Amino acid sequence: MSRRFTFKGGIHPPHSKAQTARLSIEVFPAPGKVIIPLQQHIGAPAKPVVKRGDRVSIGQLIGEAGGFVSAPVHSSVSGTVLSVGPFPHPMGKQVIGVEIENDSAEEKQLLSPLNKPWREAAQGELIQMVQAAGIVGMGGASFPTHVKLSPPSNKPIDVLIINGAECEPYLTADHRLMLERTEDLLTGVLILKKILGAKKCFIGIEENKPDAIKLVNKLLSDSLYKDVTLARLGAKYPQGGEKQLINAVTGRQVPSGGLPMDAGCVVQNVGTAVAVRDAILGGIPLYERVVTVTGPTVKNPKNLLVRIGTPIRLLLEACEVDFKATQKVIMGGPMMGIAQSDLDAPVIKSTSGLLVYDKVQPAIREYPCINCGRCVAACPIHLVPSRLAKFIEKESIDEAMEWNIMDCMECGSCTYVCPSKINLVHYVKLGKFHAQAKRAAATNK
Amino acid sequence: MINQTITKTENGEKKLASGVEKAKFQLNLSSSPHIRHPETVPDIMRWVVIALCPALIASLLFFGWRAIFLTCVSVSFAVLTEFIITRLTGKPKSVGDFSAVITGILLAFNVSPILPWWMMALGSIFSIGVAKMAFGGLGSNFINPALAGRAFLMACYPAAMTSWSAPQGIIKGTLSGFDGMTSATPLAFFKTAVRDGSIANLNFQDALMNLFVGNVGGCIGETSAIALLIGAIILWHKKIIGFRIPFIYIGTVFLLFWLFNGTGNLLSQTAIAIPLFQILSGGLFLGAFFMATDMVTSPITPGGKVYFALGCGILTFIIRKFGGYPEGVSYSILIMNLFVPLIERYTRPSIYGKVRKRG
Repeated sequence: MSRRFTFKGGIHPPHSKAQTARLSIEVFPAPGKVIIPLQQHIGAPAKPVVKRGDRVSIGQLIGEAGGFVSAPVHSSVSGTVLSVGPFPHPMGKQVIGVEIENDSAEEKQLLSPLNKPWREAAQGELIQMVQAAGIVGMGGASFPTHVKLSPPSNKPIDVLIINGAECEPYLTADHRLMLERTEDLLTGVLILKKILGAKKCFIGIEENKPDAIKLVNKLLSDSLYKDVTLARLGAKYPQGGEKQLINAVTGRQVPSGGLPMDAGCVVQNVGTAVAVRDAILGGIPLYERVVTVTGPTVKNPKNLLVRIGTPIRLLLEACEVDFKATQKVIMGGPMMGIAQSDLDAPVIKSTSGLLVYDKVQPAIREYPCINCGRCVAACPIHLVPSRLAKFIEKESIDEAMEWNIMDCMECGSCTYVCPSKINLVHYVKLGKFHAQAKRAAATNK
Repeated sequence: MINQTITKTENGEKKLASGVEKAKFQLNLSSSPHIRHPETVPDIMRWVVIALCPALIASLLFFGWRAIFLTCVSVSFAVLTEFIITRLTGKPKSVGDFSAVITGILLAFNVSPILPWWMMALGSIFSIGVAKMAFGGLGSNFINPALAGRAFLMACYPAAMTSWSAPQGIIKGTLSGFDGMTSATPLAFFKTAVRDGSIANLNFQDALMNLFVGNVGGCIGETSAIALLIGAIILWHKKIIGFRIPFIYIGTVFLLFWLFNGTGNLLSQTAIAIPLFQILSGGLFLGAFFMATDMVTSPITPGGKVYFALGCGILTFIIRKFGGYPEGVSYSILIMNLFVPLIERYTRPSIYGKVRKRG
């Protein structure tokens, strides 16, 4: 078989994907009401352009971007705006959002189309459409895609990497997308490649998805995709992290404190590539996405195509979650996902999965650190997490900074392997918070 | 009022989106990651105990039931000491993590099978009470507790600690591993043979086999190289020890004794037999596989382990060749334990993205 790419470090949690890997994406019917937050991306929140009583269509702009590093927000249903105000947000806090009542008319309003084939469009025109469609990183990072596609001219990009790793256990949304919308994905890849002017393009897929690898490889044999190669990745967490993906596929390292463009690369999730294709070819803004609903207390797990703004409770009920046995609901994957407190929180652009758990892992350490070094072996950034945690415990922020705490990507690999069940990544998050507070206090003096 | 404080149901008073009757249930909000590898500290410790069992069985075969008795004394007093101290200081009970059991076994493995039982008990109390608990318990000790106990006993009862017996268990043999040489343990015998020049005439073949199997005099757990190797394989399989420390430690001792074998050349049979003899005796296998690899007292950094093992190897060579003691494993490891914080500071792994730029 072809060459296998991987990186140093990482862990091998059980994949737990068998439940949903073979389930085709089902369209989840639009709910009676949606709550669409105006902040579903990194950057400035969108500003509302509708108010109570306004009639909106699917795909209509309801929030304009709050700056360059921001993204517009569109309605995912047609109907009437019920209110604009604070609503529960899956990230835990309350965020201004738009509540819309669905009139079930399914009226659509699309973006103004490109008046020429995309191959003849200028780079700027394509980026503008991506921006107008409100596309953000669908892998979970939710960084505004048009910003990623506009690196400054002193950072030339020669490699585009499409992220089909989906390294988190349980999640299969990207896997199904690669199987069911393969041609659209590859069209999206070509569009992204054109926008960036990248000479080479890799599609990285973990080897625990052999059917996707086979299918994509087959389609890539067409001469249309002569500069696009499939990179078979070792199935390891966090292979899907940008830095690890770049290192595995190209051997380069993103410099500490830098961005992928500093290594001449841009990474885009497969879902983002499909969304870009839909926007450019179909004028469709981002208002729905695939979500994997699974976990030990789900009787009927599914991969669902869900409208943005759907309360997560509806998805859980549709998949017959045993609520009495459920102790935790997580948005995202089990390694970096966020535990949900409010089931009325909506699905947002970065919701790749909803996991429901019956058992909860220890929150407090059970044993002292025995210096076993498993965390050092697991860390994909090659830090010494046990040492960082000890520094934070003593509140020696300076020493923690010296041992590179700020380079931590908070993937959780260290915490997964720790036999003492110390929540190392939590200490690091706390330490970073203190470091930033200290820095802010110093600049304010 | 009472219900409000006891059960925090999610979504207190908010209106339902779907109109379905809301089930009362609690949602845990602890932070990511939400899954953990099942292995815990007691799991690791238990595997170490299992890995020490081949050597324990070997000690029974060669030294008889007294070896087992002494091991039991050592383990009991270790566990008891830890239990009493945690109770007296009001700290949470820690004996369940099995680390005291390991210290007990390792300390017993480091003493002669004819040591008086009360000395064994004292050594055990010192190992746990002083070398471990006084510094904060598991994870806070800076030297290997079993080796600290051994050093304590050597200082207090040097005569008893250097009184040996030849294997008189089910398998019988000579003290030194050499036929007819009954006066000293292998390394002590070796030292005198070097001094009086008879080293070149020795028949190493049988002695090496005796050393490998364990048919020699010495400490309870240190004599059978093969039993210790089996234990090491178990620990490698479970990823509890790595390859760096044992191989570099043993390799360094071998290399130094080969280069400085005293016969004047490097390729004669004696020239190879001498370093082999050295690594198979004096508890080097026990030290390299089970004590230098002790997680708490060895460097956590991969590069640090290399320097640590090198230091142990060089010190063991120096003590054995030039020092007054015939063997130097326990002191080498104890001395290198002291350098661990320094070694760790200077061997931090180079992080992803440091300095290296594009291409």
